[in-house]
Amino acid sequence: MSGMIIQGKTGDWEVICGLEIHCQILSKSKIFSGASTHYGSEVNENVSFIDAGMPGMLPTLNEECVRQAVKTGLGLNAKINNYSAFARKNYFYADLPQGYQITQFQYPIVGEGFVKIELENGETKDIGIERLHIEQDAGKSIHDISPTKSFIDLNRAGVGLMEIVTKPDFRSPEEAGAFLRKLRSIVRYLGTCDGNMDEGSMRCDINVSVRKVGEDGFRTRNEMKNVNSVKFVMQAIESEARRHVEVYESGGQIEQETRQFNPTTCTTKAMRKKEYAHDYRYFPEPDLPPLVLSDEYINNIKNDMVELPDAKKERFVKELGLTPYDASVICENKEVAEFFEKAASGHDAKKVANWLMGDFFAMLNEKKITLAESPISAENLGALVELVSKNVINGKTAKDVFAIMAATGDAPEKIVEEKGLKQVTDVGAIEKVVDEILANNQANVEAYKAGKTNLIGWFVGQVMKASQGKANPEVVNKLLKQKLG
Amino acid sequence: MTELTELTIAQASAGLKKKEFTAVELTEAYIANMDKHRNLNAYVCETPDKAIAQAKISQEKINSGQGGDLEGIPLGIKDLFCTKGIATTACSNILKGFVPPYESTVTANLLQAGANFLGKLNLDEFAMGGSNETSAFGPVINPWSKDVPLVAGGSSGGSAAAVAAKMCAAATGTDTGGSIRQPAAFCGVTGIKPTYGRCSRYGIIAFASSLDQAGPIAKDVTDCAIMLKAMAGFDNKDSTSSQQPVPDFCKVLGADVRGMRIGIPKEYRVDGLNPEIASYWDKAAAMLKDKGAEIVEISLPHTKYALAVYYIIAPAEASSNLARYDGLRYGNRVDGEHLDDMYTNSRTAGFGKEVKRRIMIGTYVLSAGYYDAYYLKAQKVRRLIRDDFIKAFEKCDIILTPTAPSAAFAIGDESMQKDPITMWLNDIFTVSISLAGLPAMSLPIGLNHDGLPLGMQIIGKSFDEENVFKAGYCLEQQAGFKRK
Repeated sequence: MSGMIIQGKTGDWEVICGLEIHCQILSKSKIFSGASTHYGSEVNENVSFIDAGMPGMLPTLNEECVRQAVKTGLGLNAKINNYSAFARKNYFYADLPQGYQITQFQYPIVGEGFVKIELENGETKDIGIERLHIEQDAGKSIHDISPTKSFIDLNRAGVGLMEIVTKPDFRSPEEAGAFLRKLRSIVRYLGTCDGNMDEGSMRCDINVSVRKVGEDGFRTRNEMKNVNSVKFVMQAIESEARRHVEVYESGGQIEQETRQFNPTTCTTKAMRKKEYAHDYRYFPEPDLPPLVLSDEYINNIKNDMVELPDAKKERFVKELGLTPYDASVICENKEVAEFFEKAASGHDAKKVANWLMGDFFAMLNEKKITLAESPISAENLGALVELVSKNVINGKTAKDVFAIMAATGDAPEKIVEEKGLKQVTDVGAIEKVVDEILANNQANVEAYKAGKTNLIGWFVGQVMKASQGKANPEVVNKLLKQKLG
Repeated sequence: MTELTELTIAQASAGLKKKEFTAVELTEAYIANMDKHRNLNAYVCETPDKAIAQAKISQEKINSGQGGDLEGIPLGIKDLFCTKGIATTACSNILKGFVPPYESTVTANLLQAGANFLGKLNLDEFAMGGSNETSAFGPVINPWSKDVPLVAGGSSGGSAAAVAAKMCAAATGTDTGGSIRQPAAFCGVTGIKPTYGRCSRYGIIAFASSLDQAGPIAKDVTDCAIMLKAMAGFDNKDSTSSQQPVPDFCKVLGADVRGMRIGIPKEYRVDGLNPEIASYWDKAAAMLKDKGAEIVEISLPHTKYALAVYYIIAPAEASSNLARYDGLRYGNRVDGEHLDDMYTNSRTAGFGKEVKRRIMIGTYVLSAGYYDAYYLKAQKVRRLIRDDFIKAFEKCDIILTPTAPSAAFAIGDESMQKDPITMWLNDIFTVSISLAGLPAMSLPIGLNHDGLPLGMQIIGKSFDEENVFKAGYCLEQQAGFKRK
């Protein structure tokens, strides 16, 4: 049971939450025009006559966006609808040039599906997907340039969005967080959205309500729009749920309204009440015929799908012997998973995973670089593990070799060769060093024999030091124990 | 020179090829007529210099034996078509000063065929009206007017009047509920609204997207065939344009109508139908019968709902299509303290009464709680109306009806001004065809007792303009209507 229970004065309350996520579709051009979607262009550089809502301009559907939505739908284990249709959502705003948003209303392109999430306690849970539909994004209003005027940037106007609506299946902030990370991982695997919440290419609306444990049905929910990080989403759910409990327990009622989450204070405040809610006057978009997808079209995309995190994780557990936890950490990011698979190829996968999740990630963090910028290639990381496995170097030396690899990018074999770091496994040679150490430290030998057996570590250290770390520690241990009796 | 403007496109093209006159002479003749008839208020923007310049280029092409189907032909363009570098207003104050940086596909096609443009023609504001009286530039005067100035019809009133008064060889029009056919009937000229999807809507200022269709208004059936061929065709910039190949409509002109089945819908013989119109209707059927066509009675039982359905669907779409005219990016802006004030001020000043009426109706029928009762129900009835036609066309090849319930009426007619429904009743014979997306032509059949032209409407199956042209040409020959 991963649900969050709020203990109130009148009893236990559970949290009910659903999410609506807007994902910007990765495509070269906008969903209904040929203008570029490039992020970071000059203001109003990527604007066609269609995007600017010029008279007589008509939308035409970008097939690439359809393909991306179908791919994403398949990634959400969802039903792809052979028939879907576009609708207009009418409202006036300065960054909405047409005066309506072209979206899908009654007939979305993707229907019900589910996403499996993993929780920290090792449990998994399926989160239901209600639908995914495609629509166009609005432009941006900029209010902070002039005290009396607003400025409009239409570069984003008309960029394709996938709106993913979940069922109200979340019972805790943690579940919502795990879902968002998983969704981000899926769309990034698929290359259908870059998933960057801080750049706004993935935006989250949250619906929250609470109910007494054991109560049926749902109470009134509140919506919080455009929360832009996983952390804030989790905070917003918790703070809003607690507010609901407080309101109910002090005898009040929750009114349906849109609220805004303030990450600085971790509180929400009302934006607009339902009676001021827009009447969007949805109706079928007459400029675009219904979108009809053949089974063949859908199957072609299905056959072309990349391996998704769940499948990859399962394979890593089954075929490479990783623990489910390690596998899910490695599989969250497609690039990491691919790096791992390359590094583990032909080597001890579990050891590669340990190196990757330990020293390797620590090195990236320390250098503040991305995986792609890593000086250590996947092949070299695998080769390092291999050197240890084959007893060419010991674990201690491996750490030193790793540090040199991180600094120079050199192959571990080359470093070991050049620096003469090959492990000494020749018992005769090690015995010579052991004898020398024992002879030079008679006092400690006596102490050991008198019962201070924990001195063994000190002796091992001395031998390793004398052999410049190259002695095989197992052989050293064995010899010392023999000779010290 | 004046007689050059008497020539049809077919005759003028032949004359140009034979070097009987030049494209510049032809264009100048029309420009002279534009000057002469400026009182009709047909043009809202004149571009004689551009037309002459284009005519010179055309003449060079003709001289070297090249050129398209409309090479050197001077046309008028309804001011609903965006024309690159030429002011385009939809005859609304809200688009005052708007000069499109792009060309509509239809006008681009016409330019490609060698035509030159004399200017932009008057229309009802945003094509909303049946008398051209809602235009921000004032009404067009019907060239057939005698003592009292009469309306030219609408919304393509400028187009029909300009063709009738020989101020252009032919004109473009658009038809949403009858806007090509009714003014053509009022002005004694010929116009065809092709099948929905036949012409691209790209660059045509939208009124009601699921109904709007471009078509020509011309001196006769043959010129309509030449014009439509040049205007029509698939356009990847309009997702609702059809991939159906465009036939050479001229090929069917003069073809035998023997055995052709002419449907007469009994529901169109409404109570109180003008007896002169009823009589011409019978005569027209008899003319086709004389030529071997067969007359069959058909039924279009849902026709009686067409007007109601039309005045839900068209305003609904219009209310959304006209949302973009907010004073923000182009056109007329009236500043306000806040964004909402600016919207209100700009739209209050920019839109006329009829446009506001339709925006309000459209907004109302799409509102939460009313959508099902109005818009959704209207869509369902629209399907029934379309099914009526499909069923009727099992029994006939074309349908013959009058175009409008009356001849042109006086500008400022009191009953029409008092009750907008009276005005909307003008569309009674035309709207059902628009709702069904079918092709329909209006051609002049004769004059009423006041000497005013009356039109007959020929309706075809979807993408079967050929039979419409075939029957239209036959009827034209039989009727022998004398143009103004």
